[in-house]
Amino acid sequence: MSTSLSGPGSAQQAPGREPVRRGLPRKSRTARNHAPITATGLVVKVVLLGLVAGIAIWAAFPLIKAEHWIGLAILAATTAGLFYLYLGRRHIPAKYLVPGTIFLIAFQVFPVLYTASTAFTNFGDGHRGSKDDAIVAIQTSSVKQVPGSTEYSLSIATKGDPATGPLVFLLSDPKTKEVFAGDAGGLRKLDAGDVEASSLTGKVTAADGYTVLNIGQASVRSKEITDLVVPTSGGAIRSNGLTRAYEGKAVRAYDAGCDCVKDSETGKTWTADPATGAFVAADGERLTQGWKVNVGLKNFSRVLTDPNISGPFFGTLLWNFAFAIGSTGLTFLLGMAIALALHSPRMRGTNLYRVLLILPYAMPSFAMLLVWRDMFNTDFGLVNNLFGLDVDWFGQSWSARAAVLLVQLWLGYPYMFLVATGALQAIPRELTEATSVDGASPWQSFRAVTLPLLLVALSPLLIASFAYNFNNINAIWLTTEGGPFAPDNPTNGATDLLITYTYRLAFGAQGAEFGMAAAVSIFIFAIVATVSAISFRRTRKQEEVYS
Amino acid sequence: MTTYADAPVANRNAKGRSKNRWFAQVGWRHLVGVLAVVFSLFPILFVLSAALNPLGTLSSTELLPTGASFENFSNLFSRTAFGHWFLNSLLIAGTASFVSIFLSSLAAYAFSRMRFAGRRIGLLTLLLIQMFPQFLAIVAIFLIFTTVTDLWPVLGFNTPWGLFLLYMGGALGVNTWLMKGFFDTLPRELDESATMDGATHAQVFFRIMLPLVAPILAVTALLSFIGTINEFMIANVFLTNTESKTLAVGMFGLVAGERNNNFGMFAAGTLLTAIPTVLVFQLLQRYIVSGLTAGAVKG
Repeated sequence: MSTSLSGPGSAQQAPGREPVRRGLPRKSRTARNHAPITATGLVVKVVLLGLVAGIAIWAAFPLIKAEHWIGLAILAATTAGLFYLYLGRRHIPAKYLVPGTIFLIAFQVFPVLYTASTAFTNFGDGHRGSKDDAIVAIQTSSVKQVPGSTEYSLSIATKGDPATGPLVFLLSDPKTKEVFAGDAGGLRKLDAGDVEASSLTGKVTAADGYTVLNIGQASVRSKEITDLVVPTSGGAIRSNGLTRAYEGKAVRAYDAGCDCVKDSETGKTWTADPATGAFVAADGERLTQGWKVNVGLKNFSRVLTDPNISGPFFGTLLWNFAFAIGSTGLTFLLGMAIALALHSPRMRGTNLYRVLLILPYAMPSFAMLLVWRDMFNTDFGLVNNLFGLDVDWFGQSWSARAAVLLVQLWLGYPYMFLVATGALQAIPRELTEATSVDGASPWQSFRAVTLPLLLVALSPLLIASFAYNFNNINAIWLTTEGGPFAPDNPTNGATDLLITYTYRLAFGAQGAEFGMAAAVSIFIFAIVATVSAISFRRTRKQEEVYS
Repeated sequence: MTTYADAPVANRNAKGRSKNRWFAQVGWRHLVGVLAVVFSLFPILFVLSAALNPLGTLSSTELLPTGASFENFSNLFSRTAFGHWFLNSLLIAGTASFVSIFLSSLAAYAFSRMRFAGRRIGLLTLLLIQMFPQFLAIVAIFLIFTTVTDLWPVLGFNTPWGLFLLYMGGALGVNTWLMKGFFDTLPRELDESATMDGATHAQVFFRIMLPLVAPILAVTALLSFIGTINEFMIANVFLTNTESKTLAVGMFGLVAGERNNNFGMFAAGTLLTAIPTVLVFQLLQRYIVSGLTAGAVKG
């Protein structure tokens, strides 16, 4: 090894050090610190750091353009940190840990912390942005055409692709012939020299930097065009068809004096309620556009006390445990049983059995889950056809639960069979032979020798399988979607796991409740972490894990 | 199921009775094996039958193939963007599994061979973060990537690189523990003697440790590859353009609306998706057994 390692760098080594090393072996860390720099190592280091610098510079431009100074600072600090770490000779463990940790922090720790922080807010549909955003939204959505409001001729344009790019209104005032570009951010005046307009109607036909959509392209996106509101000082500009636009007046306006929104037509007022993040009228009516506020522990207490949520929550929790334990336990029992049956020196053809048995594990599980869903179809599913049944499998709570567990058993037992086979082969045959010499029955020797040894080897895998199945969203979402649902509660079904329940809370048709979903997420995290921690403690007590 | 475990009892009872002796000692094992194979194979047979079914509907599909037509396969390529989905999946899953194995083997090497402050805490933190499924943070991920899409469209929604970066967030959590177990099984004398001979820590890692755990790395990479191919929920939020979808997202779309009529195409797609994974699986199954249990025992 030493010959292949002596690069040009080894010349730098002080000759006097050699005998010291041979005679007195240093501790490995110290020796590593004084190991020579090799040419390949140097080249790789330079190339990789150059790549990092290149990516950082590439990433910096959009940040500067968007005036995202915090992002820029993080980028600069990260890059500088990487250079310091890899150019220096110290902090060796960090050199190995940092690459993965950067991804871990950016895409796992940060989102998790962010999720945790939204659990203390009412973040969700109607409570997305700040109070100012809500006020702008209220004002612009109440814009109405009033007598005497300015009419513009309208061209729809975009700076990007005609089919997907963000839309811009090119508006020309027929009286003054001035041309404006407007989008959700506001109105800008365009230079007359940059614009070509029809002399007859004043409609803009081309503008520098914009692609004007033709009628066909625009009509495809008519919904987006109707929804686009350009805020102006006196109200807002909305489209009226694809060729005309008007500047309307906002009927509802915010009054900072009373911290309320007033409707100038009906005279009704909605006062801001900072506790719920909404404008509320005296009669209790709420405006749909609210803002995000901190609600403290309200989401958590709602999970525990609101009967509409806590009832299904604890029911779901119970089934969630049953599902995770059932999936893990059943697959383990069946897998181990088959492994035991095939584990015999007199058995021939075990390889053939094994090749065929593990096929379910190798098939793409997302697709097989969907296939199973269709096999349980009441009208033309294979299960009913084969056995001449007419069971609505996913229509009743218990048959749906049994079906889901059966699917899990099919998907998971080949894995358990594989690992149990491996573990069985590792158990010395002398042990079981010794017990039979001592007069133990095969059952006794299985109970006393084989099973404990199997469990020692496989319990970490069983715990991992439990943790995985506890949050196995695919298994439910691709088969029953959590159903069947009770007629009075469309948010929680009989086979719902906590995670599918959360998914429905966060993205369901009822309207997104991200804050609430985050609170349930934290409960799930706490439960899984506790269960796993306890079981890891128990199984690893004897082992030197942290050696 | 437990009756199989009870079965060795029959083994003893049968001793001496020559008539049933073969069945008691070997025959029942074959019976169990055959039953298990039937259980394993019948859904796959159903998929095969559906894929070859010329009508291509769920309602006309029987357990055994009723015809042999490749119409479903040709429809799959002509009517859907299956080719795109397949390539996207291979690209994302291939790169993601390769890079994540590399990142986690780096970390596992540090955890296995070096002693530093925060090592224990680091290992435990990895385990804990793993317990918080990335999926639960999807709202936050969505908001982060809305900003990323504005700033760097190359890494934003509907791009393979964005999804790849996102999957890399889970690289350390999933595999580091398993791999630390593999590294722990290698005798320390190996790298210590190399260090004595003047090897740097990088040389020890790349030239000694990595080659020794290579088969196990291959297995872990395969498992991570299959896991990524099957990942549906995050990809479903992330990829909305038809051509940028992965197999899981695209094929779910096939049967989400038109459940009955597209079933034949869906089954054909399932078979095509399975071909690469099943092949590699059968080649590597021996290592899967030893790899998983070795890592498990040593922790």
